[in-house]
Amino acid sequence: MEMMRLATAGSVDDGKSTLIGRLLYDSKAIFEDQLESVERTSRERGDEYTNLALLTDGLRAEREQGITIDVAYRYFATPKRKFIIADTPGHIQYTRNMVTGASTADLALVLVDARNGVVEQSRRHAFIASLLRIPHLVLCVNKMDLVDYDQDIFEAIKHDFRQFAAKLDITDLTFIPISALDGDNVVNRSDNMAWYEGSSLLHHLEEVFIASDRNLIDARFPVQYVLRPQSGLHLDYRGYAGQMAGGVLKPGDEVIALPSGFTTTIERIDGPDGPVDEAFAPMSVAISLTDEIDISRGDMICRPHNQPHGGQDVDAMICWMSDTTTLTAGSKLAIKHTTRSARAMVKGLQYRLDVNTLHRDDDATSLSLNEIGRVSLRTTVPLFYDEYRRNRTTGSFILIDEGNNTTVAAGMILGPTQ
Amino acid sequence: MDYELSNLRALEAESIHIIREVAAEFERPGLLFSGGKDSVVMLHLAVKAFAPCKLPFPVMHVDTGHNFPEVIEFRDRAVQALGARLVVASVQDSIDAGRVVEETGPRASRNRLQTTTLLDAIEEQRFNAVFGGARRDEEKARAKERVYSFRDDFGQWDPKNQRPEVWSLYNGRHKPGEHIRVFPLSNWTELDIWQYIADEHIELPTIYYSHRREVFRRDGMLLAVGPFVTVMEGEETFEATVRYRTVGDASCTGAVESSAATVAEVIDEVAATRITERGATRADDRTSEAAMEDRKREGYF
Repeated sequence: MEMMRLATAGSVDDGKSTLIGRLLYDSKAIFEDQLESVERTSRERGDEYTNLALLTDGLRAEREQGITIDVAYRYFATPKRKFIIADTPGHIQYTRNMVTGASTADLALVLVDARNGVVEQSRRHAFIASLLRIPHLVLCVNKMDLVDYDQDIFEAIKHDFRQFAAKLDITDLTFIPISALDGDNVVNRSDNMAWYEGSSLLHHLEEVFIASDRNLIDARFPVQYVLRPQSGLHLDYRGYAGQMAGGVLKPGDEVIALPSGFTTTIERIDGPDGPVDEAFAPMSVAISLTDEIDISRGDMICRPHNQPHGGQDVDAMICWMSDTTTLTAGSKLAIKHTTRSARAMVKGLQYRLDVNTLHRDDDATSLSLNEIGRVSLRTTVPLFYDEYRRNRTTGSFILIDEGNNTTVAAGMILGPTQ
Repeated sequence: MDYELSNLRALEAESIHIIREVAAEFERPGLLFSGGKDSVVMLHLAVKAFAPCKLPFPVMHVDTGHNFPEVIEFRDRAVQALGARLVVASVQDSIDAGRVVEETGPRASRNRLQTTTLLDAIEEQRFNAVFGGARRDEEKARAKERVYSFRDDFGQWDPKNQRPEVWSLYNGRHKPGEHIRVFPLSNWTELDIWQYIADEHIELPTIYYSHRREVFRRDGMLLAVGPFVTVMEGEETFEATVRYRTVGDASCTGAVESSAATVAEVIDEVAATRITERGATRADDRTSEAAMEDRKREGYF
């Protein structure tokens, strides 16, 4: 069974929680004691209906304020797939939480209310999905029951959204008219919308092809940990442990280690259950090489004729996540990229992007909480990276405040600084 | 070759990545091991992560003293078989030292007292990363917690001020005295755990499988009659065929009626069940809507 990661964004008003509640309930991932607890709390709060948002709003503050503050992870499975939902808040003040949920997602679910059509928030969610390069986007036009299941309204929203999406880099876009409250087109095709010829949402989630989203061309293996037994039967063993970040590697392959530049051959690859014939993302393996060369954590193993960029000057889009500090030219921060940690200095901020209008403000001199912009960084040691659009693992990094140790930015590499 | 990993193998790869990351970045990690199924799976994954090397960190059990003997026997055997070093942090010692006061009455439990023992032991062992077997599907506060969960000098979790956790780039930075709780099984569900136990032929304490036991009913749960529980007036004891879905302090962990005697039968049962494992068997989570969040804020697992 395959695993698929979804990211949803929205506020209670969009019916996001109702939709998730329905997916979980219909796939039997909500248990009776959870439902009873939600029903009891709903009654105590005086809600007129069972508030399924209480299932995902797990923190006391969220339940008290009736809002989603942080990402919640929910799980459900059908006979075809196991799904992990990163349920994130939709409001602009929680953009960083949305970025968090989107970073690992295979598919983004964006909801719009059929009565309101495409609004600022839906555009922002679609932009973040495209910025984080979630390969598949589904726009659910919800509350179709409140517009008499009118096909024209659905088509108009579709048209509107397509026009906006043309400005974004979205490879696979699907539109589904639903009513989360009544379940129309959620699990089963709805009789109320005979004009709709596509799949139900759940059917789409089960069938959308995600295997080809991974990069199987560029072999990338960031070395995480060196396995070297100190005693016992395996004194001769030396394995470079890590998680494949792209491509395929096999015993017998010629490889190069960066930054040293030494080439050698893969002698064996051990998976969790012993030797394997091939390693590909996201396998965690240990690679043994025929020659003893100097390799340590943070180094990169790849093919001699297909190497990542190596360098200290990179341009990247970043989302600033700190509520106490801002980013400006000259900021010095710690950077973590694959398994490599270093320090980085912001050489320049090219522009700040308005996440609602996509307008670029070239005069911006700083980024504060939830703001997204393009920066040039210089790092203390070379990084071995790919463009984020080519590889989400070797193209991403985080920035860390060295004073208080918090994660202050998520970065997506565009390429070497020009 | 289709270059696809199954759900279980993808989860396994993610967990091993997390465990290795901690070993690479922290000087003194420790792994919490109770003998419960999640910690058994976590230990199994940790052993795989470093094979053929030995486990590069010790295993720690926070022992409430209210144990199922089958579990302690299993714990010692499992740790010895792996050649790992076992640290036992004892709640009884914390009581004897006056660090905590034993609850009294028929509903007394040592569950909450564990937090002090755990935090003292982390300080004593100078652990700066502590692996726990918690899963996000267990409970709604846990559904919000990061894989790397930062704890301050007092071991507290601040749910409103968590570090953003993007991609698989974990930030383990901390100051002396602070530490990180690490949850490599965050994305596993109860069913995933059981299917993995079946796939990997992992041994568990026998109480996870159906057996006859003298029990009584309290708050809709079946509690075992034993030295750590006082049967109150009006509570009738009887023998039943039961198994445990979770393993915790014997005074607050309930059994479920079950005839599932093998892993395959347990998987069928878990797949069909309509009640969560903590809802069915843990009195400690029933105190209030936010019982887990409150305990976690104080430094609980």
